Amino acid sequence: MNFVRSHILVCTGTGCSSSNSPRIIQRFEEELLAQGMNQEARVVKTGCFGLCAMGPVVLVYPEGAFYTHVTPEDVPEIVSEHIVKGRIVQRLLHKEGESAETVTSLSETRFYKNQFRIALRNCGVINPESIDEYIGAGGYEALGRALTEQTPQQVIDAVLASGLRGRGGAGFPTGRKWQMTHDAVSPDGVKFVCCNADEGDPGAFMDRSVLEGDPHSVIEAMTIAGYAIGAHQGYIYVRAEYPIAVHRLEAAIGQAREYGLLGRNIFESGFDFDLELRLGAGAFVCGEETALMTSIEGRRGEPHPRPPFPANKGLFQRPTLLNNVETYANITWILNHGPEAFTAIGSRGSAGTKVFALGGKITNTGLVEIPMGTPLRTVIEDIGGGCPNGKKFKAAQTGGPSGGCIPADLIDTPMDYDSLGAIGSMMGSGGLIVMDEDNCMVDIAKFFLEFIVDESCGKCSPCRIGTKRLYDLLCKITDGKGTLEDLTTIEELCRHIQSSALCGLGQTAPNPVLSTLQHFREEYLAHVVEKRCPAGVCKNLVHFYIDPGKCKGCTLCATNCPTKAISGVVRSPHVIDQNACVKCGTCMDHCRFDAISKH
Amino acid sequence: MKSLEELRAIRERMQRQIDLREQSDEDIRVVVGMATCGIAAGARPVLSAFLEEVSKRGLQHVAVTQTGCIGVCRLEPIAEVYVPGEEKVTYVKLTPEKVPRIVAEHLVNHSPVVEYTIGAAE
Repeated sequence: MNFVRSHILVCTGTGCSSSNSPRIIQRFEEELLAQGMNQEARVVKTGCFGLCAMGPVVLVYPEGAFYTHVTPEDVPEIVSEHIVKGRIVQRLLHKEGESAETVTSLSETRFYKNQFRIALRNCGVINPESIDEYIGAGGYEALGRALTEQTPQQVIDAVLASGLRGRGGAGFPTGRKWQMTHDAVSPDGVKFVCCNADEGDPGAFMDRSVLEGDPHSVIEAMTIAGYAIGAHQGYIYVRAEYPIAVHRLEAAIGQAREYGLLGRNIFESGFDFDLELRLGAGAFVCGEETALMTSIEGRRGEPHPRPPFPANKGLFQRPTLLNNVETYANITWILNHGPEAFTAIGSRGSAGTKVFALGGKITNTGLVEIPMGTPLRTVIEDIGGGCPNGKKFKAAQTGGPSGGCIPADLIDTPMDYDSLGAIGSMMGSGGLIVMDEDNCMVDIAKFFLEFIVDESCGKCSPCRIGTKRLYDLLCKITDGKGTLEDLTTIEELCRHIQSSALCGLGQTAPNPVLSTLQHFREEYLAHVVEKRCPAGVCKNLVHFYIDPGKCKGCTLCATNCPTKAISGVVRSPHVIDQNACVKCGTCMDHCRFDAISKH
Repeated sequence: MKSLEELRAIRERMQRQIDLREQSDEDIRVVVGMATCGIAAGARPVLSAFLEEVSKRGLQHVAVTQTGCIGVCRLEPIAEVYVPGEEKVTYVKLTPEKVPRIVAEHLVNHSPVVEYTIGAAE
């Protein structure tokens, strides 16, 4: 028998993997062997812990010591001190803030204390490449009970009662979607279950982390969905840019088939179900449901008008159920804990939790799961740890290129579908980009629009031409050539695109512009009327000046200027040639006398 | 997978392993002194014996860990048992043979084995 007394959990999500966690795992295995501990301690690869900013992270049980920023060189010390002698390596423990005390237990951190994990329940807890660990955490129980003890309608009723809404962004009630697909009649009885794992919003990585950290939860939920609606084949449409997620899904599907949890006659119930992966080539529009299904069919990923809705005529013209990764990740929890437990969490009209990918100007970049209705303030200040370098929080952007901004004065807005919609933003898939005083809101709107212009499939003209025109107008403003009429034209154009674009991508494309116009109009006016960028981002509106009173003529700026735009004689004030200046700010960084300023 | 029973058998087997990763204040902790003095006096077989007994009995919410030198090297191997809500008990001069009794009487039945404690040895 083997008496493992310690588990060393190492994050193998994309974030930590890119900062060397595979090497750390290898070093642990070597060191445990070298120090004779390989029988007593086991290295476990897990999914994302959420605290990506602190990666690579290592969690050692049973003490629950949470080590951050671990390097392969730290491994021998952790093994010889912690594993062999039982002494926690204090210097590597997670610290909250500059002066805060070190925290040994993960659940005590401010980052985790306000979270409630449903979709991420197994991420950072189990080894995603082991079906046994998933079963050990209660996995496939919901499927087993559904197949052997419940009718499809009972399963759908539970999902309906939970009030679960689609986590992909639009928030359509999941139970109703299941019911509609269940009720739809297929000409030959064939129906499909699809999973949308084509997560494309800039800054969003919730779905990737679920697939990497807990792939079986999606596989199990899709099988349950297949039983509920009467489908025997499922497809997971996942981006090829997520190699770790694809690898884990493939491994997980293989294990599930081996255990007979996919395939023929699952749990001897007579129900057959199988899954296949389809890799997307990275087109943003393929995250739109009709385009996604067209792409699975092997055709060019372009959307088509609805109705007919996928529930009636979807993949291969058959009734199709399409849900997002995170939506599926909630299903087994709901069936295991009961719909009442789910509705007890969250706010009115938005039951349960939502995962957000926290990014931008925030201390704790990472993945957080909070009960719906948690105020944005809690997410930014407590969980996120505020903006770094003492900067002032300016706005948060939710919903990516389809969403909008929440300005600082609305920081107490509860994060749920209806509250966010009411202030012109949206829940979106869960990207949450934090901006501080150094961000220009016009520039942000331009950034998202540029993304849309790149990603528009070109099928309908409002999106193909309209967003390009909109982008040109924003460029005009950031170049300092905008007029007040342009603002009116922008708003008019936005309304036209919203009402006439073919698919959700185009219809929501103007949102970032409208929302920044609504909440930060004075910033647009500063660009247009005063020809000034208050945040100092828009290069054509920024000018660098040397204060002749402060300049000592040390020549440091002139020596370092890449375009030789600064001239002057030693020990006398220098001057910047505005025509040659490329506004890189190098001179400002080098000046020791604080003589250079930006206007 | 033929039946729920089959699934639950796997789950039970795995749960014991994963339990190690669940922390609660309710956990009983057995801490074995594993500094040079402890190891020289035979702490490793004692630690193994604890692990073996705990796993044989399938005890949940028991964490067996180790620590450095407690200071009374002459009484090694030493193990301290922390039961939540009860006073810490320090066992001294342990041997693997003494371990099953501690597990059965103290960890399971919450009645410390007084004759093995530091109080009795002094």
